[in-house]
Amino acid sequence: MKFALAGNPNSGKTTLFNALTGSTAHVGNWPGVTIDKKSGIYRKSAEKAEIIDLPGIYSLSPYSPEEIVSRNFLLGESPDCIINIVDATNLERNLYLTTQLMELDIPIVVALNMIDVVEKNKDTIDADGLSKILGVPVATISALKGTGIKELMDKGIEAVKRGRQAETVLKKSGAAVLISKIAALYGENKTKHPLFHAVKLIEDDEIEKENFPEIAIKAAALKAGTDTGIFEGDFEGYIADARYKYISAELPAAFKKAPKQGSLTKSDKIDKVLTHKVWGIPIFLVIMLAVFHITFSENFLFLGLFIPEGTFDHAIFGTDAINSPGVIIFNLMDWATVSLGEVIASLFPDPTWYASLINDGLLGGLFAVLSFVPQILVLFLFLSILEDSGYMARVAFIMDRAFRRFGLSGKAFMPLVMCFGCGVPGIMATRTLENEQERKRTIFLAPFFSCGAKLPIWAAFAGVFAHYRGLNAEFTVFSMYILGIAVAVISSFILKRTIIKGETPPFIMELPTYHLPQVKNTVIHLWEKLKHYVIRAGTIIAGAVVVIWFLTSFSFNIGAGLVEDSGDSILGVISNGLKWIFYPLGFGMGENGWKFVVATITGLLAKEVVVATMGIFAGMDGDEALETEGSELGDTPLGLMIISIGGVLGGLDIAVPAMFAFMAFNLLSVPCMAAVAAAKAEFKNNKWLWKAIAFWIITAYAVACVIFWLGVLYTLAWWVGLLATVGLAVLVVYGVRFAGALIDKKNGKTDKINIKELFLFKKIK
Amino acid sequence: MDKKLNDFIPEEKGRVKSITAEGKIRRRLFDMGVTPGAEIVMRKTAPLGDPIEVTVRGYELSLRKSEAETVLMEVVK
Repeated sequence: MKFALAGNPNSGKTTLFNALTGSTAHVGNWPGVTIDKKSGIYRKSAEKAEIIDLPGIYSLSPYSPEEIVSRNFLLGESPDCIINIVDATNLERNLYLTTQLMELDIPIVVALNMIDVVEKNKDTIDADGLSKILGVPVATISALKGTGIKELMDKGIEAVKRGRQAETVLKKSGAAVLISKIAALYGENKTKHPLFHAVKLIEDDEIEKENFPEIAIKAAALKAGTDTGIFEGDFEGYIADARYKYISAELPAAFKKAPKQGSLTKSDKIDKVLTHKVWGIPIFLVIMLAVFHITFSENFLFLGLFIPEGTFDHAIFGTDAINSPGVIIFNLMDWATVSLGEVIASLFPDPTWYASLINDGLLGGLFAVLSFVPQILVLFLFLSILEDSGYMARVAFIMDRAFRRFGLSGKAFMPLVMCFGCGVPGIMATRTLENEQERKRTIFLAPFFSCGAKLPIWAAFAGVFAHYRGLNAEFTVFSMYILGIAVAVISSFILKRTIIKGETPPFIMELPTYHLPQVKNTVIHLWEKLKHYVIRAGTIIAGAVVVIWFLTSFSFNIGAGLVEDSGDSILGVISNGLKWIFYPLGFGMGENGWKFVVATITGLLAKEVVVATMGIFAGMDGDEALETEGSELGDTPLGLMIISIGGVLGGLDIAVPAMFAFMAFNLLSVPCMAAVAAAKAEFKNNKWLWKAIAFWIITAYAVACVIFWLGVLYTLAWWVGLLATVGLAVLVVYGVRFAGALIDKKNGKTDKINIKELFLFKKIK
Repeated sequence: MDKKLNDFIPEEKGRVKSITAEGKIRRRLFDMGVTPGAEIVMRKTAPLGDPIEVTVRGYELSLRKSEAETVLMEVVK
C-alpha cells in the first residue's frame, strides 16, 4: 500500500514521517524543509505501508516547483491513500489544502496534528464533527509525542478498503453547475480524477490548459456565462475565495476557541523583542557572535581580563583564561587523537613506506579532520536550536529589506542559510524558489556561505593566529562567515545587473509560532551531521588522504621509494610549477608556499581535505598532527609553514595577510565535488555550470587578492597595495560589464558592443 | 473607511475588500488566506521598514509593502 503524506509547510509533516517510519529525516521550524519527496516504510500494520513524504505546500497552484512535484505525484502515481496532515492550531489555512486534495478520487485521512497544543490553549476541536463536515475520516495526533499514530494508520487502512469518490466543497457555491458540466467532459474523455481537473480548468490553470486543450476550449464557452460577482471573471480568485468561505462558514461547528486571556501570546511577546524596530538587528548579530564565542573562543566570557598573567597554564582548559566549551571539547578530542597517534606511531618505529602511509598519511590527515568534529557539532547544535525554535524565519523577515536591494528575497535567505551546514542540501533547496533567475543567482552564491567542511580550515588557522598579535580565535572564524555573506551580497548585486537579470521575487511567507526546540529533533539533527561527517571522513576523505600522501611522498620515479624532501614529490613538482599563479594572493611564496597550493587544489575534492592536507605536511615535517598548542606562532608546525610564507620580504606581516587570502580563496572558489554535482543537477544545463565555475574562481581570486594587498598596506609601501586594489576593482567592474555586453551580443540583444558606453556607464545616442 | 494594507499602523484591524495584484502574487495571497472578507490585523514593520507582519486567519504572515499595497482594506473599529 502506498500512502502519500501531504500538508502545509511547517505542519509537522516531517516529524510525522519520522514517527511513522522510524527514519531520521531532518526537521526544522521553518517553511520548506522537505524539498524532494522521500519514502519510508510503516511496519506496524498487517500489510506494510510505504509512506511518501511530499514537499510542504499551501495549495496545488501551478506556480511553485514544490506544488507541481506534489501535484504530478498525486495525479501520476495515484497513491492508495493521502494522509493530509493539518496543523490543528492553524485550522483555517491548513484546511484550504484539504479542500483541494478532496477533489481527487483518492481516499483521504486527515491527521489533526499538535492536538496537545490545542488542548493546552484550552481550545476545543470536535474531531468527529469535523469528520462529518468534511466527509473524510479525521484522527487526532501529536506527531512529536507519537500519540494517535496507530489510530491514524488504522483509519487510513480502513479508508483504502472503503475506496472513495471525489467530493468538492464548491458544490454549494455558484460554480457548482459549471464544475459538474466540465467534470462530465473529462468523464467522457475517460480522464482520471475528473473533478480535480475540472476545478483546475475553471481556475484557468496553465498546466491544465496545456494538457487538455480541447476540453479547455469547450470549458471557456461554458465559463463565459457564469457570474463571478466582485471577481469580474477572475475564476482563480473566485474559487480560492469560495474555498475559504466554505471553511469559515463550516468550521465554527467543530472548533471553539478559548476566550482570549490577555492580548499577547507567549510567542507574540518573544517576537516583540526579537524583531524589535531598533534592537532586532543588533540582537541578531549578538546571537550569532555569542554562538561563535561559545564555540571557538579561547577567552570564554573574556574572563582572561580578570586573571593575572602566569596564574595557570592548562593544555585543555586554557592559559590565564578559560576556554569556551567548544574549545575545551576540541582540546579533549585533539589530546585523544594525538595520544592515539603516538601509540600507533610507536608500533611502527622504522621509516618504511607503510609506516609513513599510516602515520603521516592516514593518521595525520584524518585526525586533523576528526579533531574538529566536536566543534562542528557544537556550532550545529546552536544553528539547529535557532532553526527549530522558529527564529531563522524571523531572520529572513528582518533581513529581507537589506537583501532585496541586492536582488535576493528573504526566501532565498533560507536555502543560503542551509549552506552554512552543507552546500548540497542548500543548493537543492533552491527548488523552493519560484523565480528561475533568483534560483540561478542563489546557486551562484551558495558556496560563499561557509559550510561545515570549511569550518576546520578557519578553526585551524584561528587557533594558530591566536598567538599573533592576540587575534581572537572567534573573530577570525566569524570574519570568514561575514566575508562570505558580504561577498554574496555584492556578487548578487552584480549578477542581477549582468549575467542573471530579473526582478526580485515576492516575499509572502508564513512566520511560524515560536516553540521550545525539541530535544529529540535536535539530537536527530546532530546525529545526522555526525554520521554524515564520519562517513565522509571514512570514505572520500580517507581515500583522498591516501592519494595525497602518495603524491606527496613519491617522485615521478616511483621505484625510487619515499622522497626525502616533499618538494620533490609529484604534487610538489606540479604545485611548484603552478604556485606563481597565487603570488598575487601572497600564499604561493616562500619555501612552503607550494604546500598551500596543494591544499587549495586538493580542497576541490572536498573541503575537509584542505586541513587533512595541512595535517599530512605537518606530519612530514616531524610533528604528529596539527598542533595549536604553544605560546608562540613558531611553536606549531602550521605556524612554521605560515612564517616561511613571508620569508625574507616581511615575515609575519606578509604571512598573516597571505593566510587570510588563502582562507578567502578556499571559502569562495569552486566548492567540493558534491556541491558542483548538485549545482549541475539544478542548472540542468552545462553552460550555466561552467559560468558558475568561472564566476567562483574569478570572485575567489579577486577577493583574496584584495584582502592580501589590504593586509599588506600597513607594512609595505602602502600605495602599491592601494593601486593594486583600486586597479583590481576597476578591472572587475569593467570585466563584468564587458562580459555582460558580450553575452547580450551573443543572445542578439545588441548588434555591437559600444566601448564608449561601457566605460562611461552612460547611454550615448 | 478604505485604506491599503501597507498604510495600516500596528494593531489596526481591517477586512479585505479586494486585491489588485495579478498573476502569481495574486494567487499566492489567495492561497495564504488573504481573500475578500478575511480579517487582518497589522502587527508590525520589520526593523528596516519593510516587510510587514500581519495576522490573518489566526496565523502570522509576512509580506512586503509593495505586495500589501495591492490589498484594499476596509478599516474595522
